[in-house]
Parts: sequence; C-alpha cells; structure tokens
Amino acid sequence: MVSTNEQSTSKNSWEPRIVAFFCNWCTYTAADLAGVSRLRYSPNARIIRVMCSGRIDPQFVLDAFSKGADGVLIGGCHPGDCHYIEGNYKALRRVQLLKRMLKDMGIEEKRFRLEWISASEGERVKTVINEMTEQVRELGPLGMPERFADWDKELDILEKEINRKGETVDA
Amino acid sequence: MHGNGHKEDIRIGFYVCHCGHNIAGSLDVKSVAEYVKTLPGVAVSRDYKYMCSDPGQELVQKDIRQNKLNRIVVASCSPLLHEHTFRIAVEKGGLNPFYFQMVNIRENVSWVHTDKKAATEKAKDLARAAVQRVFSHKPLEPKHVKINPDVLVVGGGISGIHAALTLANAGKKVYLVEKSPTIGGHMAMFDKTFPTLDCAACILTPKMSQVKNHSNITLWSYSEVTKVDGYVGNYKITVKRKPRYINEELCVGCMDCIEKCVYKEGKTPDEFNAGLSKRKPIYIPFPQATPQVVLIDREACIEFKSGHCKKTCVEACDRNAIDFKQQEETKEIEAGTIILATGFKTFDADKVPYYGYGKYQNVYTSLEVERLVNASGPTSGEVILRNGKTPKMIGIIHCVGSRDKRTNRWCSRTCCMYSLKLAHLLKEHTDAEVYNFYIDMRTPGKAYEEFYDKLLEENVHFIRGRVAEVTDCAVRPEEEGKLIIRAEDTMIGIVRRVPVDMVVLAVGMEPKEDAQDVRRMFNISCSTEGFFLERHPKLAPVDTFTDGIYIAGACQGPKDIPDSVAQAGAAAAQALSLIDRGEIELEPNTAFVVQEECSGCRTCLTICPYNAISRDEEKQKAFINEALCKGCGTCVAACPSGAIKQNLFEDEMIYSEINGLLKLTSTECC
Repeated sequence: MVSTNEQSTSKNSWEPRIVAFFCNWCTYTAADLAGVSRLRYSPNARIIRVMCSGRIDPQFVLDAFSKGADGVLIGGCHPGDCHYIEGNYKALRRVQLLKRMLKDMGIEEKRFRLEWISASEGERVKTVINEMTEQVRELGPLGMPERFADWDKELDILEKEINRKGETVDA
Repeated sequence: MHGNGHKEDIRIGFYVCHCGHNIAGSLDVKSVAEYVKTLPGVAVSRDYKYMCSDPGQELVQKDIRQNKLNRIVVASCSPLLHEHTFRIAVEKGGLNPFYFQMVNIRENVSWVHTDKKAATEKAKDLARAAVQRVFSHKPLEPKHVKINPDVLVVGGGISGIHAALTLANAGKKVYLVEKSPTIGGHMAMFDKTFPTLDCAACILTPKMSQVKNHSNITLWSYSEVTKVDGYVGNYKITVKRKPRYINEELCVGCMDCIEKCVYKEGKTPDEFNAGLSKRKPIYIPFPQATPQVVLIDREACIEFKSGHCKKTCVEACDRNAIDFKQQEETKEIEAGTIILATGFKTFDADKVPYYGYGKYQNVYTSLEVERLVNASGPTSGEVILRNGKTPKMIGIIHCVGSRDKRTNRWCSRTCCMYSLKLAHLLKEHTDAEVYNFYIDMRTPGKAYEEFYDKLLEENVHFIRGRVAEVTDCAVRPEEEGKLIIRAEDTMIGIVRRVPVDMVVLAVGMEPKEDAQDVRRMFNISCSTEGFFLERHPKLAPVDTFTDGIYIAGACQGPKDIPDSVAQAGAAAAQALSLIDRGEIELEPNTAFVVQEECSGCRTCLTICPYNAISRDEEKQKAFINEALCKGCGTCVAACPSGAIKQNLFEDEMIYSEINGLLKLTSTECC
C-alpha cells in the first residue's frame, strides 16, 4: 500500500534511489572501510545489511523496484571467499534467473547489479555506487509505483467497460 | 512473546549520535531527530554528543524505565563497531537486547558524503527503515557455545613460537604446525638483530628448544593444515604430515647418515643458506634445527630416483631410523581457537631487472647477505663474493620492491633498519666503504634513531635518491670491472655513478605465496595487498572477522621482531581470554522452520552448506539443527513455501527496511 511517497519525481529534483543489499562479511565491511578511509561517493544508495548474499530473496529485489527503487545493488564476497562457504554462488544463481525475469518485465539491465566486493575493497564500493548512480540517472526514474497506479486505473476502466457491456447484453 | 508484540504497544526510543563532529559536522542531526519524532511508534527521539559514552548509554536506560520504551534505535557508527555495546546497554535498561537496531550514519553517511542536505536526507531514510524494522523484532536468547581449551598455532617463526610458549606456559595444550622441516622461520636465518646487535640464533634457539621440550606443546614440523571445519570453540583441523623418510621418534640428530651419504658433496641449493651453498639429499636444515631430525629430499635422493643406491645412510644409522617406505600421515585434531602466524616472503628481486639480480653475480639480496655475514653461514662469516674476492666498495639499495607503484606500494618497515644493520656488519667484516641509497630514512622505534646516528658516525655514506639502475657498463677508467650504481643524489641535485664491488638489495616484505589459500581455508579476509586482515586496525589488531581465529606477526603486515613478538603475545592473550571464559555467546541469527508451513519439498536440504537441515520422514517436514546452523540465511531465501525464518533477519524485517528506505510508511506489500 503506497501511502506517502514524498519524493517528487519531477525532472529537476529527481535523484536516483538505489537500494543496496550488502553481505555482512565482505561488502558491508568494505563500505565501512570506505567510510574509515573518507572516500567520497554519491549519496544515492541506501544499504541494507544481511549476513550473506545467499540470504537475498529475489522477492526483495522485486519488492524494492515495485516500491520505487530506481536501481538495486547486491554486494557479496568474491567467489571462493564466502564466509558461509558458498552462499554467494547461490546468490549468483538467483541473480542470473532474476536478470532474465527483469528483462522480460521491461526493467533495464543496468538497474540491477551484482558485485563481488571484498572487505578490503573500499575503493570498489565507491566506484560501483558512483557508476551505478550515473547509469541509473541516465535511464531516468523507473517509477514502478506510478506505473502500478496507471495500470490499476486502466484495469478499472476496462472492468467498468466490461461490466457495462455485460449489462447491455443482459438487458 | 512478551506481550508487547502488538503494534499498538510499540514505544520506540530513537537516538542520533553527534560523534563529536564526525557525524554532526556533515549532517543535521537535530533535523533527523525531529523528523523521527513524527514517525509512528516513536515515543522519544533525541540527539546526543556521544551515544557510546556512559552518559549516552545511561540516557537510553533512563528513558526505557521512565518512558516505558520497548524498542531502541541508535543512529551512530557501524553496527560492526558498537552494536554489542548498545545491546548491553539496552539489556541493562531492562529490555531484551535484541529489541535494538543500529543505524550506520557515520561510515555509511557522514564520512562519505559532502552534500549536507543529501546526507541528512539519507540519514532520515536509514533511520526510518530501522524504526519500521524494530516493530517486528522479537526477544531472543544468545546461543552459548563451549570453548575447547586446546589451541592450534600455525607457523613456527618467532611469532608462532612466542604465541605457543605463552599459551603452553598458561597450561593450555598447543598444537604447533610448521610447514618446513624446522621451526625458527626467517629469524633463524638472520645474523644479528637491530638495534641491539644481539645474535639472532642466541636469543631464538633457546625458545625453539623450549617449544620442543614443553610438555604442553605438540610440535608437528614438515606438516600442513589441509582442512578446517567447525566454528569458534570447536574447530576440527586436518593436518597433513609430510614424510621425512626418517622415523622422528628414533632419530637423535647425530647426522652420521649425512656424512655417509653416497654424495660426497651437496648438489641441491641449501634453502637455509638462501641458496648460497649446496646440501646433500639427506640433510638437516641447520645445526640447531628443531626438531633435531634429519630428512631426505625425495627429489634429490638416488634411492628414490633409481632404486639402486648403496644406501650407506642406512648402514650408518645405529638406530634404524631411516625408512624409505614412510608414508604421508593425516592427523585430525580439535581446537577451540587458532592463531595464524604464517609469516611473509621477501620480494622477488627478479621482478626488478634494472638492479641486475641474477644477471650480475655480485648483486645479493639482503637475506643472502644475512647468511654471508653469519658465522655458521656458507663462508663461515667471511664476506667473500661469488667471484672469490672481498668487497672494498659496497652499495646497499633501499626500498627494493617497496614504495613503488610498479611493484608494491607499501613501506616494508624493516628494510631501513636492517640495511643499517647490514651496513654496520659488512663494514665490520670487510672494512669496505658502504653506500646506502635511500628514499627516506625510516627509523621509528625504541633506540632505532640512535642506531642510525651511530652509523653516521661510523662513516657509512648515505645518498638520498632512488636508484635507477645497476650496470657493468663502464664509462670511466675507475669503473672498469665494477658494478656501477646510477642514482640521483637529490641532496645536491646531480646524477651519481658509484662504482662498487657488491650490491645489496634491501628487498621488502610480501604476503606469502599461499596466503590466499590459507585465508580461504581459515575463512578470514585479506587486505588489498594480500596480508591477513585484522578485525579493526587499531582496536582489534590481532582478531579476525572469524571468531576464535587470531593473527600474529608478518602475515598481518610487514613488521620487525619486537612487533611480531608483541602481536604474538596479544594473540595468545586473546585466545586465553576466550578459553578462560569457557564459553562464548553467539549471535542468535539461526534459522528455524515453521512446521505448519513446511511442505517437505527438500529444497533446503541440499542448499545448506553445513548439513544443518534434516527431514523428519514421518512428519515429512524439514528440521534445522540450531547447533549446526551458522545463520547465513540461504535456506530462508530458497524455501518456496516461505516456511523458514531467520532470527534477526526475518523477511518482514527486511521488507520493512525496504519500505522505510523508499519513504513508504506501511509494511504491506504493493
């Protein structure tokens, strides 16, 4: 239920909104390192910490898009480095499938990204977030909540039309 | 349930920390606090200078009591730093510690963004996500795990030795596993140690024999860890013991076999003498090697190569210790904590061909010179060059492979000091003119600068400038037959050509070749340059991100002997504090199956990396063994029926975070 979507999507003030899911052991630690190293990067990504990239349910990604995210970023340990042996491989498998699905849904490829970032790669956090922010900015707002609202309206109209036709036939 | 699980009852306390200027300098903390006050469920919203301080924590506790708060959210630094601190504070206030959520607005916001408005906006989003998240938090009990008091120490250099002895003296049983045939590491190869110039062997070998003789230490040299299973307090380690072809129990180290070997002269480069001498196929690395047991190099031994050796070594051994049929052994051990002290390797001078190593015979690495000046070295301590002469002019090139974008960027920390030491020793042995070519002299440490002063008085020459090349191309008569060091002298602004007889390359320190394999096996991280990563660079320098695994010595970064020993002691103390506590609290972030919703499809069974999930065939439901579950949450994401939940990371919590971040107030799905 979309209740208060404060951020205006008018062209001038629009800023890309990226939801990032980072694993606790590698990428979240790398983001901390970026902070400790005082690296500067764009403020568009919001990080959600999970223990492992394997915890990330594709539904989280879909949910974020549907709620108004313009991009979703997943950060995990490099292959072979997972704190939980192989959770990142499971994340990779899910991401591959999800990418095909998102494509079919008309969501541009660059809006969804999986990156392996180790605990020592603070610099990489900065580069990836900056890059992705710019790519999403070029694509413009995804606006799923607005699209849902439009589709609901269309459906309403269609439904009403069908009902009306039904009534006339009955009559 | 505590009866406060209903949304109507939720009373949240929100606190935003200034962290001095660290946070308050880059974002508007007041406006964050005011904003959060307007959110549903928030009863108290404050900002405070230092939330982690005692008054900050007491503020939370007082509010819990006075304002009947039942959820706490603190926006400050990274949860990896202070989540534990605040959980304890919340618990002291009378709440379950897991009714708490931390918002990272320092590492993730104020330290990385310059736009104050955008930073404030981001902080509000993150705060709202946490405020909405705590609605679905549940009271949890931490898991308690018993700590096996035995310790595994990997690596038998000075760090490993010191850590092992410290623990053994405290009465703990220690397994010391060393890859090479003897313990002692690099330090055993050194001649003297700076700045005191006491002989390395004299201070090290007594410790080595203490290790061997200590009743609490099991020393396995020529052995490698091949597998690590388990978790803090309960590690299961597999160790491969390579065959020495000598029965370790029977050999007394008399070395009669070595003398009687059919090879009258050694033919294999001697590792201990940095390849400057040759050893036989049957050998002992050096006279004080510990354990005092010889070994046979399978690659060089005629018996192994052809099977037609006279085996004079076997005849020579009174104790029948030689066993050509010895097989590799696999040992399984259990230990509660692990200390990694796997050391370093020196920079490979072949990577800087412009310094002529391998091309000109009188170019040496510093490690080779350590052996050359050592009384038990290949020349019995006489500095005789590969061309048989004694050098009259010596050039020491600092920072070889260090402080250079083309090779390694870091300063290896020890090279300035050991170069000074070698300058002193070489001068003492040969009375040659010694030139040091340095970029900066780095001598921080107790009595180090004084040592440098002493060298200046000894008439050792210092030229500030990076060396461009070492060449034998003479352009002046006095350069004939010499090696010429070309370097800019930045003090007087000219390029100098210094003809010398001997060049010493002060090679830097690098991570060991197999550091990446080792860290994967032990499930720890490496920093960018490949040294093992500490949990916190200042406050947890010997801890790793894996509980119960500690690091010490040069495997963590370049360091000298005093620092390695200090770190080894620290690692031992960390292990001891865990052992003596007897048990450790673990995050209760395990997964569990909601039985009514499980369809028994088996999807989770194959996905769990720890085999923690089994299926009750009678009930046709999955069941998670909490003791085996490590809380990755992979099964939760995989369950098609949504029947598995992960404590602290339930779907509901993550969805409410997503909602919060995207400025949606409700937790329902679209």
